[in-house]
Amino acid sequence: MPEWVDGKTILFAMLAGLAGATAIGVVAFGNAVRSALCLVLNFFTLALLYFTLDAEMLGVTQVIVYTGAIMVLFLFVIMLLNLGSPAALEERPDYIKKALGFMFGGALFGVVASQVVRPFIETKQVFAPDNYGAPQGMGKALFTTYVWPFEMASILLVIGIVGSILLAKRRV
Amino acid sequence: MESSVPLGGYLAVGLMMFIVGVVGVVIRRNPIVIFMCIELMLNAVNLTLLAFAKYGPIVKGADPTQTAMAGQMMVIFVMAVAAAEVAVGLGIIMAIYRLRHTIDVDEMSVMRG
Repeated sequence: MPEWVDGKTILFAMLAGLAGATAIGVVAFGNAVRSALCLVLNFFTLALLYFTLDAEMLGVTQVIVYTGAIMVLFLFVIMLLNLGSPAALEERPDYIKKALGFMFGGALFGVVASQVVRPFIETKQVFAPDNYGAPQGMGKALFTTYVWPFEMASILLVIGIVGSILLAKRRV
Repeated sequence: MESSVPLGGYLAVGLMMFIVGVVGVVIRRNPIVIFMCIELMLNAVNLTLLAFAKYGPIVKGADPTQTAMAGQMMVIFVMAVAAAEVAVGLGIIMAIYRLRHTIDVDEMSVMRG
């Protein structure tokens, strides 16, 4: 066994494989419910990857916000559309679009992999302090240095709530 | 301090997820799945930001604590924007479905010039 294979790399390889497989599942499944369930698994795997990066606070936030709130919203809308007519969620195959999509994706992959990922393939030096993902430090930064964007985010969320209610309500 | 997993590994996972999201947006016709692919791309970028936050400062002389925190703050705000975007986007999909009784993106050509 080569000396770079240890517990951490094995764990990372497993999580990376699971993340890639579930990401492909989101696109490959024809049924929207299966895509959504693949996405839940993918977000959960990402939370575990955040834990391996020592960002515990964001890992927990990922589980609560994405797998908890956003995916429930997705499944809820799928359910509402399915109640009306199941045919609304079926797709016709379009081979020209598929060929173009795969070509474009392959080209983008080649460019980014060769120009951005390759220079960092050997970078192992960690610069961040040990407890950089702890809630205390993040809360302090959020309420001092980043308090202006934080307030802007809250305004954005309020506007989002009001807007989605306006869009979803029936005409009275 | 050295980690046994290189930065390139995390970047490769992020790139893989981003490419799958891009291909999905192009080839799928169901707007709900297209939204899921957009979420996939946003999460790929989040993973990349966190990886750079940990393996940090590319700029010489930058404070490691500050740069690590900057990456995490960016991820928090991406999550907030994604939540607002999903709420409004799914509301729009519901409104279109109620109006036209179809959600196929190729059928939505009202704004074609």
